[in-house]
Amino acid sequence: MRLTTPAFKDNARGALADPNLQESLGKLRTGFQAIRADAVAGLPDFEALRDTARDLKDHTLANLDEYLTRYEAKVIELGGHVHWARDAAEARDIVLELCRSVGARKVTKGKSMIAEEVGLNEFLEANGIEPIETDLGEYIVQLAKEPPSHILAPAVHKTVAQVADLFLEHHGKYGKTRRLEQPPELVAEARDVLRARYFEADVGITGANFLVAENGASVIVTNEGNGDLTQVLPRMHIVLTSIEKVVPSLDDVSVLLRILARSATGQEMSAYTTFSFGPKRADDLDGPDSFHVILLDNGRAAMLGTEFQDILRCIRCGACLNHCPIYGAVGGHAYGWVYSGPMGAVLTPALIGITDAAHLPNASTLCGRCESVCPMRIPLPRMLRDWRRKAFEAKLMPPRARAGLAVWAWLAARPALYRAITGPAMRLLAAMAGRKGRFRALPLAGGWTGGRDLPAPQGATFQAQWAQKQRTRRR
Amino acid sequence: MPRETVDVALFVTCLVDLFRPTVGFAAVKLLEDAGCRVHVPAQSCCGQPAYNSGDNAGARAVAEQVIAAFEGFEYVVAPSGSCAGMIKEHYPALFEGDAGMGARARDLAGRTHELVSFLADIRGVESVAAAHDGAVTYHDSCSSLREMGVVDQPRRLLGLVAGLELRELGGAEECCGFGGTFCVKYPDISLKMVDDKIADIEKTGAETVLAGDLGCLMNIAGRLRRTGSRVEARHVAEVLAGMTGAPAIGEGES
Repeated sequence: MRLTTPAFKDNARGALADPNLQESLGKLRTGFQAIRADAVAGLPDFEALRDTARDLKDHTLANLDEYLTRYEAKVIELGGHVHWARDAAEARDIVLELCRSVGARKVTKGKSMIAEEVGLNEFLEANGIEPIETDLGEYIVQLAKEPPSHILAPAVHKTVAQVADLFLEHHGKYGKTRRLEQPPELVAEARDVLRARYFEADVGITGANFLVAENGASVIVTNEGNGDLTQVLPRMHIVLTSIEKVVPSLDDVSVLLRILARSATGQEMSAYTTFSFGPKRADDLDGPDSFHVILLDNGRAAMLGTEFQDILRCIRCGACLNHCPIYGAVGGHAYGWVYSGPMGAVLTPALIGITDAAHLPNASTLCGRCESVCPMRIPLPRMLRDWRRKAFEAKLMPPRARAGLAVWAWLAARPALYRAITGPAMRLLAAMAGRKGRFRALPLAGGWTGGRDLPAPQGATFQAQWAQKQRTRRR
Repeated sequence: MPRETVDVALFVTCLVDLFRPTVGFAAVKLLEDAGCRVHVPAQSCCGQPAYNSGDNAGARAVAEQVIAAFEGFEYVVAPSGSCAGMIKEHYPALFEGDAGMGARARDLAGRTHELVSFLADIRGVESVAAAHDGAVTYHDSCSSLREMGVVDQPRRLLGLVAGLELRELGGAEECCGFGGTFCVKYPDISLKMVDDKIADIEKTGAETVLAGDLGCLMNIAGRLRRTGSRVEARHVAEVLAGMTGAPAIGEGES
């Protein structure tokens, strides 16, 4: 996808002025936030599970090489193949080569953020292979020729009316010519259209929520069952995923499953949790003839042992997006790349570099709500600050702001001088504001006064008045 | 209720010092009423503007003089969850790996409190000499709420104010959009957030919005005044101390 992260400010401005987007985002509070709160309240163990989940993932990351090697050995034992991709280009090439090996023309896809990260759809299309998204949200954004705007709910930015228009425009060729208005009707029509397409596909590509080292299983969690049809019906199943998805055991998966759906959609469990073990065996009724796992690194291994390792605990539940006031104001597309919200603001700089992504960790009030809902207890605000530090060290802040900050910090480190300067300055400002008590505009304060009045200082500073009182008291 | 006199150093915060000394004097009165001897060491700021901009060296320079100025006091109290949180949570992190300064930072962190929770929890305040005629709503600042665990203390103390009716604010966990330099670096997003907050405030029907952080309050009050709302904004300490004689934040005399 086209990278527009450097234009975050313009993206945000556009998003704030888009009434359809604002209507869609308005539902986060009543939707995702409310259902998560209910689900969490219904599980007294939730806080303890968060600790267990954090610890098990920390342990896995500390021994990542070992668990990945174990996982690979198990997959091979099951008759599957494991491919290691250092970066996006390698991952794309492996997928293409595999597709060509079976003469694939059409590929069905379950939801996979890694496929978004490597830009798979455009690449396949450019090479004459048609990707068909089967997750309803992904299908909608594919029709709209847009990237997903949310890691969990790709089309959350779309209103029902917009989906109705898209289906009317694209489903005519399947004989569907009536504009449907109700969500259940729209879902039924999409199901009907997609059902036929599963049988046309030569290859099915899914992501993975978890990879299990002890038995070589890859696990996907869906609510539509589309992942199952995607991986079972075609001749070849490709799991396109990344290295940090591995966990040691099924017990670990069960811990993560208990917090994943609750944090994501407020469900106790998603409708489908599917474990796949290699290709079809002799006595299986169905399943793919061949089974391939592509393990993408793309910068993740380099995060191990750094201040950003903790983001590799992320299980992509989307809770941080759903509770983030910045995401809630501008939506996912404004972030300008695959990942959005707090997890995106931490992960994106690691994957595309802080120079292009400097806005993301800075566009935050550090309100901390993301960390408070993260089931994996990822210290997101701490890492946003760490990226700000990197951005500051790389001198990515506009020179004027940097100079202003330097002057302020120099002065603030010298309280006596600071008081000598701020005392008269505040009295002057108070006099300028006069009886109104506020400014509608003030030189150099346009960032504030563009939309807000600036309350004026009351007069002498507290410290000046306090010193005066102390002198009076002593007399 | 502990009544032995204790020495408290007031970290008044830069915004209160510069913009609204009334909050500082309200804090002094509340502390003195709670049996504290109040000291005000020479001070500037906690260093958040530098720290939150990624300028850790600048933040350390500011923090070092705060640590030095507030050494030796039994308690350090700030009328702000944000600045108290900076000292309590982030100073130790800022000096990680520096054994000497690290120890002094942790020592200060252990003595530092947000004003309202200090009054309620440490000093066991059970009555306030204040009355307020009318309905108020209370905005939880993010740092008070999530960093300092200040939730029921302000509500409890406001419940002691004669005549005051507290109406809970919807979306209490949501940020008002201040975020320090965020509000001037990303004003479009900040304004959307403060507008959402103001919509919730207006929904309560309260005449006054209170909070424990002047940053949030200047943001909310600035937008309230710009949009012509009738709601006034004040620091919670002003109401608890019965010091509401001064015009509300951003209001003129008339």
